[in-house]
Formats: sequence, structure tokens, C-alpha cells
Amino acid sequence: MNADTFLALFTPTGWLFVGVTGVLVLASSIAAVLKWRVAHGAPHAVIDNLTSRINAWWIMVGAIGVAFLFGKNGVVALFFLISFHALREFLSLAYTRRGDHTAMAAAFYVALPMQYFLVWTEWYGMYSIFIPVYAFLLLPILAATGGDTQRFLERASKVQWGLMVSVFCISHVPALLTLPVIGFEGRNMLLIAFLVIVVQGSDVLQYIWGKLLGKHKVAPVLSPSKTWEGLIGGVASATLLGAALHGITPFSPLQAAGMALLICLMGFFGGLVMSAIKRDRGVKDWGSMIEGHGGMLDRTDSVIFAAPVFFHAVRYWWVP
Amino acid sequence: MEPEGSAPRRLLAALARLTIVTGAGLITGLRSLWSRTGPTANQTVYFANHTSHGDFVLLWAALPPDLRTLTRPVAGEDYWNTSALRRFIGRDVFNALMIRRDASAAGPSSGDPLAQMGAALTAGDSLIIFPEGTRNTSEAVLLPLKNGIYHLARSFGHVRFVPVWIENLKRVLPKGALLPVPLACSVRFGEPLELIPQEDKQRFLQRARQALLDLRPEYDREADPAPPAPPSEPSSRETQTPGSGA
Repeated sequence: MNADTFLALFTPTGWLFVGVTGVLVLASSIAAVLKWRVAHGAPHAVIDNLTSRINAWWIMVGAIGVAFLFGKNGVVALFFLISFHALREFLSLAYTRRGDHTAMAAAFYVALPMQYFLVWTEWYGMYSIFIPVYAFLLLPILAATGGDTQRFLERASKVQWGLMVSVFCISHVPALLTLPVIGFEGRNMLLIAFLVIVVQGSDVLQYIWGKLLGKHKVAPVLSPSKTWEGLIGGVASATLLGAALHGITPFSPLQAAGMALLICLMGFFGGLVMSAIKRDRGVKDWGSMIEGHGGMLDRTDSVIFAAPVFFHAVRYWWVP
Repeated sequence: MEPEGSAPRRLLAALARLTIVTGAGLITGLRSLWSRTGPTANQTVYFANHTSHGDFVLLWAALPPDLRTLTRPVAGEDYWNTSALRRFIGRDVFNALMIRRDASAAGPSSGDPLAQMGAALTAGDSLIIFPEGTRNTSEAVLLPLKNGIYHLARSFGHVRFVPVWIENLKRVLPKGALLPVPLACSVRFGEPLELIPQEDKQRFLQRARQALLDLRPEYDREADPAPPAPPSEPSSRETQTPGSGA
């Protein structure tokens, strides 16, 4: 490691990764101790699930870390791949017919790369309407030319929704890099870090609070594991976490808490909506790509709903 | 059984095999799901649903590499023998067993498909067959199975007959489409099907068909508009049990 690389660790982003790595080391150590003390090295459903979740976290933090090293190109490329996997999971489970083939091909081969190209060129006026206007009109046109009217509206809206959640919403994470926040130039990566840490932290904290105190179910039909105790405890502590992270953001502590609360709530409702879609289709997980985490959409459902709202809140209040 | 041919042709075939298998895996995010029995090197006939020309490629790619070399797809000569490229892919790349599907109409001859498959099984090959007999381009989930699989099971009691369900491939590349859509596909291998002594043909075919249908993922069974099920009980497993009094 040369001096420059070493110094790079002491940027705010570097410190953040040191901190996150520390948390993961702690989590892995706790899991190892539990495995040794409670399970005595034998297979144990809860502890093994915890271990595989933590291992998946290592992979995710590693992927984001590598992307950050490559700057904007790395981040856009990483979220392009995330969107691709999310769209594949979504459309693989959607009911479609022969007549939707062209529309699906257009979603994968035109809309997906185009959206990320527009984000990469930082053309806000186009990437913020390209999918909801142009793709949403073009896709049903392609489906209609297939001439098959059976369950047409359902099929057309499924391809549209697939693009909306998997591509449009997720692309607002790298789009955070394009926001010219005054006095925050060159540090926009930290907005991504703030969003991801708060949203995913909220998921983890809701899980922990729910395991410790959970009694009253919030949404027994949609998500039997979610409880009021977990929701309130998790969102409150993730809001405090957001406030504590205000130093890496352009926000004051109170503003950071407000932003954290907003994205936690959007994340929670995002999880509910995505689980309603899964239940409608009769599956428990979107896929099985990440061991212990289901598919890409299972991991990103809360980020999906939080990202565009966070993006526009920052843009409205912090971009002149 | 290794395919014959000159060394450059075999090298080209190996490269094409690697490209096709890797490409199929990338495009479809291929997942192989095995039953408790898992993959074994015992001689096996894999029988699968057939909705796409890519079916045998995907099933073949879903096998562990060491089993691939032991396993030959059974392919219709009328399709795979019609151009030099198809012949190369069929014979050289995948070492397919070419059968004449119209042979029975022309009367028993040396080109009898059952005799050809029997010879390959006697030689020790494992086979991939599609017992619907033809590609299913209809709305039905599965066409009725042809008799051939029953005769093979009768004659080759020591061979395992493993049902395989190929999911989604029809949507990746439907008939007439040129561009594959990268939807996720899985290949599910079931428990081997044993021929019960004195079991008649209809009963065995019914069980083989049901073994295939049971491998469908849960969500596919609910969304399936084709099989007529009583309104009270949507599970096809219960309604098709022989002797249930229905």
C-alpha cells in the first residue's frame, strides 16, 4: 500500500468504510461466538441464517466499496447490474405471453441501458421522465402490436412496473452523484452511503427490535414477521443513526434525522408493497441470488422506494 | 461414446460447446435444482417437458460437467439434419442421438426410434428425451406422453428415469423470436421413477406425466389456466390421483 492509497482512507468516505467494516467484524465475531457457545458448532437454523446474512453483507459492502474506488463510472456500473438482476427477477415471475416478447426485449435492451446512460451523462431533464413517459407509452404499443388482448392491461402494466421499480427507482441511487449540492462538491458518494446505511440499518434494526420485543403484528397478511414494536423501535433508532451520521452529509443533525425518518418510512412501505406483489404471485422470495437474502429485489425493496424520494428531497431543498 | 471427426472439427465442437453452455447459463441465470437423490453417475434417462429448441441445451448445461460427457440428447433428425450448421451442433457439439420421428409411419425399419434409443442405452449412454414427442407450442402445460418411455422403462429396468421440469425457457426465446430475453430459468430434477411390476402402460404414463407436473414451481401451478380443476380444490396433484373415485 503506497502513501496515497493509505491517505485516501482518511477521507470521510474512507472513515465510513473503516466504521462499517468494524461493525461487520463485530457482527461476524458475535455470530461466531453464538455458533460456538449456543449451538456448540452444530447446525442451528437461526444462527446459521444470521451468519449467511452477515456474509452477504460483507459481499455487498465489498461491492459498494470497489464501485466507490472507481468513482461515478463504478457506481453507475454497479447499479446498472443491480437493476438488471432486479428486472430479471421481476419479469421472470410476472405473467406474460408470447405477445409481450418485444416489449420485454425493449425493456432489457433499450430502456435499461438508456436510463443508466442518461444518468451517466447527468441529463436530469431526460432521465427523470424517460421511463415514466417514453418507455411507459412505447411498451404497451409494442405489446398491442402483438395482437393478443388476453389479460392485456395486466400484462402491459407488469412490464411497466418492472421497469419502474427495478430500473427507474434504483437508478436514483447513482443519480445522487449528479446533484450539485452547494458546499458539498466532490462528496456526493456520501449521500449514497447515508441512504444505504440508513435504509439497510433500519431493516436490520426493525428485525432486532422485532425479535426482542415484537408482539403486535403490523401487517399480518402481507408480512407476518413485521411488528409494531419492531417498526417503531427500528425506525426510531435508524432515525437516530441518521442524525448521528449528519457529519457526512450536507444536513444539520435535525435535518439529517428528518431525512432519515423519511427514507425509513418509504423503505418500510416499499417492503410492504413488494411483499404484496410476491404474495399475489404466491412466492416467498424474489429469487435466490444472494445466499440467506433471497433475490436482489428482496434486498433492495426498501431502497427502491426510498431512493427517488430522498433524491428529490435533496434536490428540492439543497440544490439551488 | 465420443463423437467421431477430425481433430480440428472436434476442437471447434468443444469451443462451440463451451460457448453455447456458458452463453445459455449467462442469458438465463440458469439454476439446477436437484431432488434429495442428487446427481449421480448411474445410467439415467432424463425425461423433460419440451417447449423450446433450446431445451436440451439447457438441460445438458444444468448437469454437472462430468455427467455431461456421459449424456446424449435425443433429437429429431428432421430438424437437426437439415443444414450443415444444425448437423454440426447436433452431432458434433452435443453428440445427439438422431432419430427419425416419422419412422413408425414408414413401417418398422432400422430407423426405428425405440431401437436406436435401446442401442444407445445398451452401449451405456445416458439419454435426454422429451416424451411429449414434439415441441409443445400449445397453451397446454404438458402434452400427453408418447408410449416410447414406457417401453424403454420395461426393457431397461436398471436405468434410472429422472423427470425434469424446464421452467421459463419458452418465454426466453418463443417460437419465431430472434432475440432472447434474459429471464431467469431453472431446471428441476425430480426423484427417479420406478416401474412397478405388472404396471400397465396407461398407469405408468400417467405417473410419469404427474411426476413432471409436480416439479412445476408453486406459482406456476396457480397461474396455470389450462387443466380443468374443481373450483373447491385447485391442486392438480389431488384431482389426478388414479382411483380417487372421480
